[in-house]
Amino acid sequence: MSKIIDGLYYSETHEYVKVEGEMGYVGITDYAQHELGNVVYVDMPEVGDEFEAGDEFGAVESVKAASDLNTPVGGTVEEVNEALEDEPGLINKDAFANWIIKLKLADAGELDGLMDAEAYRKFIGE
Amino acid sequence: MAYKYFPHTQDDLDAMLGRCGMKSLDDLYQDIPDELVFKREYDLPDAMSEAEVRRYFNELGRKNVQLTCFAGGGYYDHYSPSVINHILDRSEFLTSYTPYQAEISQGTLQYIFEYQTMMAQLTGMEVSNASMYDGTTAAAEAMMMAVANAKKRNRVLVSETVSPIVRRVLHTYAKFHGVELDTIQEKDGVTSFDDLKNKLAEGNVAGVIVASPNFYGIVEDYTGWADACHEAKALLIMHCNASALGVLKTPGEWGADVAVGDGQSLGIPLSYGGPGVGFLCTSKKLIRKMPGRIVGQTTDAAGQRAFVLTLQAREQHIRREKATSNICSNQSLMALYVTVYLSLMGRKGLREVNEMGYSGAHYLAKRLVESGKFTLAYPDKPFLNEFAVKTDQDLDLLATVGALNDINIGIRIADDTLLICVTEQRTPDEIDQLVEVLTNPLSTKCDCDDDNSPQE
Amino acid sequence: MNNQYYSKLIFELSREGRQGYSLPPNEFVNFKIEDLPRQLLRQEGPKLPEVDELTVVRHYTNMSNNNFGVDTGFYPLGSCTMKYNPKINEDMAVHPDFVGLHPFQPAGTVDGALEVYYNLQHSLAELSGMSEFTLNPYAGAHGELTGLMVMRTYHESRGETQRRKVIVPDSAHGTNPASAAVCGLEVVTVKSLADGTVDVDDLRPLLDDTVAGMMMTNPNTLGIFERKIATIAAMVHEAGGLMYYDGANLNPLLGRCRPGDLGFDIMHINLHKTFSTPHGGGGPGSGPVGVRAGLERFLPNPRVVKVSDDETDGFMVQHGDDSLGYVSGHLGNFGVIMRAYAYILSLGRENVKQVGPLATLNANYVKESLKDVFELPIEGVCKHEFVFDGLKDKSTGVTTLDVAKRLLDYGFHAPTIYFPLLFHEAMMIEPTENESRETLDAFIEVLRTIAREARENPDMVKTAPHNTPVRRLDDTKAALEQIVTYNFEA
Repeated sequence: MSKIIDGLYYSETHEYVKVEGEMGYVGITDYAQHELGNVVYVDMPEVGDEFEAGDEFGAVESVKAASDLNTPVGGTVEEVNEALEDEPGLINKDAFANWIIKLKLADAGELDGLMDAEAYRKFIGE
Repeated sequence: MAYKYFPHTQDDLDAMLGRCGMKSLDDLYQDIPDELVFKREYDLPDAMSEAEVRRYFNELGRKNVQLTCFAGGGYYDHYSPSVINHILDRSEFLTSYTPYQAEISQGTLQYIFEYQTMMAQLTGMEVSNASMYDGTTAAAEAMMMAVANAKKRNRVLVSETVSPIVRRVLHTYAKFHGVELDTIQEKDGVTSFDDLKNKLAEGNVAGVIVASPNFYGIVEDYTGWADACHEAKALLIMHCNASALGVLKTPGEWGADVAVGDGQSLGIPLSYGGPGVGFLCTSKKLIRKMPGRIVGQTTDAAGQRAFVLTLQAREQHIRREKATSNICSNQSLMALYVTVYLSLMGRKGLREVNEMGYSGAHYLAKRLVESGKFTLAYPDKPFLNEFAVKTDQDLDLLATVGALNDINIGIRIADDTLLICVTEQRTPDEIDQLVEVLTNPLSTKCDCDDDNSPQE
Repeated sequence: MNNQYYSKLIFELSREGRQGYSLPPNEFVNFKIEDLPRQLLRQEGPKLPEVDELTVVRHYTNMSNNNFGVDTGFYPLGSCTMKYNPKINEDMAVHPDFVGLHPFQPAGTVDGALEVYYNLQHSLAELSGMSEFTLNPYAGAHGELTGLMVMRTYHESRGETQRRKVIVPDSAHGTNPASAAVCGLEVVTVKSLADGTVDVDDLRPLLDDTVAGMMMTNPNTLGIFERKIATIAAMVHEAGGLMYYDGANLNPLLGRCRPGDLGFDIMHINLHKTFSTPHGGGGPGSGPVGVRAGLERFLPNPRVVKVSDDETDGFMVQHGDDSLGYVSGHLGNFGVIMRAYAYILSLGRENVKQVGPLATLNANYVKESLKDVFELPIEGVCKHEFVFDGLKDKSTGVTTLDVAKRLLDYGFHAPTIYFPLLFHEAMMIEPTENESRETLDAFIEVLRTIAREARENPDMVKTAPHNTPVRRLDDTKAALEQIVTYNFEA
């Protein structure tokens, strides 16, 4: 049974958004890290890059798989989680504590189109 | 119907078809619509016995002429020690495939790890793959790597002193891959630094490709190039002669980001141009942008050191159209060639090979200039073992006279310019004979009627 | 048999002052490399091994003992066609009259080499139903890329530059979409039906005037012949696209069917699969590209053409203006070309017809002999290979990976595993025409034994292999630590 946190927003491609003020922290869900296995690399964008909702902003790699990262919401990259460069396995330890990018949200209204914890739990069939 | 490559007896066929619930081999193709089945005889020769195959190639071989080789141009006639072919004939190496099952592929994995180390040492870079086909396509992969690394910039500059053989492959890949390929001008046989700076200033540059030694054999001075490229956020890619890296300043020392070239000069036979092995070496920072297979060190369940294909998630079989390249090959067997060669030669042997090429080439150049019939195309430029000369004589005629004397005089690179290469394989007698042919062609003894070539 | 000392890394066997080479004396020592400007020379020599000749020989001989090849035993690696690599081919590849030829020798001194090249071009054309071939591409993936370049050049010659989409089945090998991307084409995926063949209804709406063509293998990656191939080809042609044949699975068709007759316009052949040249641990390969009549002029330069007069045939190297350009330094991997032609001559027109049927028989025999213990997702006749979806009994927790590793203990190479992605526990088995009934029976028996072990002693299977030179490896550690060269300081 995967960990799912209430109060976050979830996408069908298994990213989450944690909102704090006008900032959104985007990462992959516990379910996603479990499916992927040991993460060995996270490909991250540069600070200042701009994305629209649904855009690919990077990728996570395990030993024998790779998965694109799509941002559930649009915005400008304020920060990337540099700790993941040295220790990508942090995502396996705690996917929710170890977000990947911090975005300045372009349009908070986009959050309405995402799933809440309850809907995501149903979506992954748990 | 017995045939040496098919073990099936009539008994076998009957029993095996029986298990499949079938009566004849035709039944195995019942799923193919009849109109698509090939029904006539192939227009091919009758089967040959092994002796006949040998005879066939012997006969065709007699239509080739074995020439003493003064040609280079990216393909070099170096000596290949006997040990190499005997190791390569170990069929555990020869008849295996890409080492997917690491537990029974440690031989391949370990020699690729050794190869990676040796190529990193030669180029002064941190990492290497063993997957490039040849020097031309390795350059094309490096070009695409630069564009992938730059994300939005898609312009790549290539020096006019890079071999035209390499440049025409770059041009083809660039056209299809959407790379804007531009040239940096040559001036007096070397690349113009001023032109580089001008073109970098125009912007949008992802990579810069230069050669060492360049197409004319000249060893260019790239002082300041890496800084200029990096200031423009472009990768500096250096196309090198692998053997020459034993003595020349390395791409790493020049500050280059990627070193590419062909390993053929490290003991691989000419074999009419292939197979060779391209090399592509880079920094750890760029390892994920590097195409091809990479071997890494790890441990097994018992804790002992072992080797395995690593960073595979970048590759085509997982990333599909998002992969860094479509390369699936490991040019393993040719990498083994290079690995055994470098194991035998070591630093000292490789240096001696270069010294002999240097000495022979400079002796030959001096003799040709002294004859008054040749001038160096770029008289004040340093070269290693290959150089360009100009002459008023008819180069086609010289080539013909050369061939009649069993000599390949070099490569005609312009109507009046000949590119000549000397390796450690060339004896003083052969060099003197070449001087005779080139300076005195009409009185050179033509021994074409003598039946003394070894294959006759 | 393995000696621990000699199997160390070559760098660990190095002792200063030893050497493994001999060179003639330098007769022109007064010309010194030190005369080059100092800033052009490397400051420190490369750290290469210093070892005597016997140490080199023992080192690599010991390492070869840690390897498994076709000559070692049965190698049923699906989609790779690990057939026997005849020894006469190896002898011809290093024939002294060919091996020393420089690619830029004067015309008239390489006629024998050009004749071999030309004859192989034409044999491949006859065997595949194409009009002309180039042998320049260095590998299968390189052939794919070259073939797609032909496709784009053709459309551009007709002014149809908007045709930039390539349709690829979802079951295709990852190289197909990767090659398309390198060629600047956009990949569109078409779905497969439950039996693994292309869904024609899903294909129909994808076809319009932006389509450059479609890439297919036939039989497909599941070893199933695409019965609707004629319909598919007609639909793609109707839309103005070209059909590309990925020759990875050509072997079962040899003697029975030609891609050109199935409606394909462009194709590549892997000489290291269908035409018996050795895989060499992953290369060198060779990926000749063939085209149907009308597309010849777009093939890459240089080309070898026949120039005949009344008495003799001659051959020359030509550079055409309509060509897509250059994809190789010269005329491809000539040494591999020599091997493939030796193979075709050995087989001759009679025996080549048996290749496909015997390979197909061997695959069906193994499939029918094991389908009671392994899950067979697609029933019916297969071609040269087939896919099991793991053990039938899923209760043991033994995975396809475990079965593959246990096979190594018994002296067999594993099948291709976890490909194609259509099945979770895929194991793809391809026995070639060279394998005897006794070999196949032994393999079948071992797989049945492993199925029994999975029930009776699953832990032993899950911790396999036990008898190999090394045990299961830590892939994650390799990816994280990225030790990719020897550390001389350690």
